[in-house]
Amino acid sequence: MQYTLSILVENQAGVLSKISGLFSRRGFNIDSLAVGVTNRPDVSRITVVANGDEYVVEQLEKQLNKVIPVIKVKRLSEGEFISRELILIKVHCPASKRAEIIKTAEIMQAKIVDVAPSCVTVEYCECANRVNMLIELLKPYGIREIVRTGTVAIDKGTASVSV
Amino acid sequence: MISGAEIMVKCLEAEGVKIVFGYPGATICPFYDKLYDSSIKHILVRQEQNAAHMASGYARCSGRPGVCIATSGPGATNLITGIATAYADSVPMVAITGQVRSDLLGRDVFQEADITGACEPFVKHSYLVSKTEDLPRVFKEAFHIASTGRKGPVLIDIPMDIQQIEIEDFTYPDSVNIIGYKPNTKGHAVQVRRALETIKSSRRPLIVAGGGVLSSGIKPKFQAFADKTKIPVISTMMGIGVMPSDHEMYLGMLGTHGKVVANRALHDADLVIVCGARLGDRAVAAPHQMSENTTVIHIDIDPAEIGKNVKTEIPIVGDMKNVMNMMLDEIGDYVVPNQWQETIRTWKKDFLRVPPVFEGFVEPRMLVAHLSGMLRSKAILVADVGQNQIWCANNFRIRDGRFLTTGGMGTMGYSIPAAVGAKFARPTRDVVVVCGDGSFQMSMNELATIAGNGLAIKIIIMRNHRLGMVRELQDVNYDCRHSATILEGDPDFLKIAEAYGIDHAEASSNEEAERILQGVVKSDKPFILVCNVYPDTPSI
Repeated sequence: MQYTLSILVENQAGVLSKISGLFSRRGFNIDSLAVGVTNRPDVSRITVVANGDEYVVEQLEKQLNKVIPVIKVKRLSEGEFISRELILIKVHCPASKRAEIIKTAEIMQAKIVDVAPSCVTVEYCECANRVNMLIELLKPYGIREIVRTGTVAIDKGTASVSV
Repeated sequence: MISGAEIMVKCLEAEGVKIVFGYPGATICPFYDKLYDSSIKHILVRQEQNAAHMASGYARCSGRPGVCIATSGPGATNLITGIATAYADSVPMVAITGQVRSDLLGRDVFQEADITGACEPFVKHSYLVSKTEDLPRVFKEAFHIASTGRKGPVLIDIPMDIQQIEIEDFTYPDSVNIIGYKPNTKGHAVQVRRALETIKSSRRPLIVAGGGVLSSGIKPKFQAFADKTKIPVISTMMGIGVMPSDHEMYLGMLGTHGKVVANRALHDADLVIVCGARLGDRAVAAPHQMSENTTVIHIDIDPAEIGKNVKTEIPIVGDMKNVMNMMLDEIGDYVVPNQWQETIRTWKKDFLRVPPVFEGFVEPRMLVAHLSGMLRSKAILVADVGQNQIWCANNFRIRDGRFLTTGGMGTMGYSIPAAVGAKFARPTRDVVVVCGDGSFQMSMNELATIAGNGLAIKIIIMRNHRLGMVRELQDVNYDCRHSATILEGDPDFLKIAEAYGIDHAEASSNEEAERILQGVVKSDKPFILVCNVYPDTPSI
């Protein structure tokens, strides 16, 4: 089972290593991790996507809550949140294929942000599934490089995770 | 103007710290210089690990956080085993380490070690102080975190320049405000009521008591609850001492090395009330089997422990003190059904047995069993790790004193330094160490601390020339191949005692050992008794 945890932490040195250390130490695997400051400059938000059964997730939430600079841990409910990843893909692209690749990007609502004689760079911001789909579509042209952020996620509607 | 080092001393004074255990070095020198003028007593240890164990023994007997101090690099890394032990055993501790100058951090200079990084898995929290102005807040928070919620060690790493910089003035904060740390100690009233209803409708209830009962300071009320309800009690190793050993409803320690009768009660109970215990693998080897036919109520201050090892029907997060007070108030006149009481009494009689005695040797279990009778009721017995720990856990007849050992981490060499801490915390109580010849040699350097401070600690060495517990494992699981478990080249312990100026004797029979101990246990001087133990004496 894949789950998404939203963790509010005090914005201080060493917090990220405490959190990531806790995951590895207790044998929990992280699929993705993203961190950034919130509307409060003293509070950061870490979004973790990980895999495990119900026991593992519950243990993880409890262990995270024990870390002193952790303010709040919330498991986002399936289907009740918006999630996004940002990806930059450098694709091999001779002039003959350019139109095709631009068309693909358009269909997926991705942007071409850089063009060179033999390649283009595509920027895409979507949920992990659609990001993976775009990668699959571009693979046949030859992917030279991928840079991808971790997932960030926010509750739908009025629900929120705040201090 | 006031320096960081002076602030550190003032913070300790403001926390009411009377004694610290440590070992100096270059980067902690500014602090040591100011400590020289303070009324705080400093105990110079012989190795930093033992400073942490002393702080642990002190904390467990005084109820206040123990403080240990070391310098940067090797001083700090030597502390780690002691810190990890305190963490596993939930003992409140503040460890202070010197660190290289802030501008040199990360350059791998002489005696630099990333100690906050290294200790990360073993501390409740840690600080690497970056501003002298932060020191009062950091100390206040560290003592608060160490001694509240589930207790544990907190590390403060302080670069040398932070200790030297002078700032305008010093005020110690009255309170702390840590946004992410608000332990729930109250205990949910609805859950407590649910628990009580379940207890009242149970036929064969059983209490499993752990170290949480002792560290919350609720022992008298806990005993009152057990007395009133007649619910039988078993304990984990960390929980030994929650009830007097001879209490009719107390069945001893559970687990792989515990009492048969305790395990049998756990097996037959229809309701188990777990009080301040985490039920690790040595306590309950197959937790999933336990919960199949048994209802479990789990009371613990650490929500992460509930449901971790044993499936729980009624979780109660809170301090044992608050929860026990509520339960005592609301239990009414419930008493355990007679049949279960009778069963427990019968079992307790059935399982009494006397171990065989070998000519020319001390029977360690018998000696430990008789030891309590020679001591005052509040005596503190400190056991090390190995067979000696099990002999003590199962045979010492505790009354109103303490049994100290490391049940969580199982660190050999714990007993002697922990006893030093215990004696400083409770100078008027009898403090006795029981260790093996293996564990004795892991911390015998602290005999200097004992002798130097004239501490009336009595050390009983159970000498079998073996690492007995590992050897037992080898007998059972490794086809009796005794790889590296024979202690060759042991020194003459009597001569070691002599060298430290500590009175000593050797015994080769229980009568002899008891006669010697009778004469010395209450004296105001240290004593070492070397007992020759039959090499194949089993743990149980």
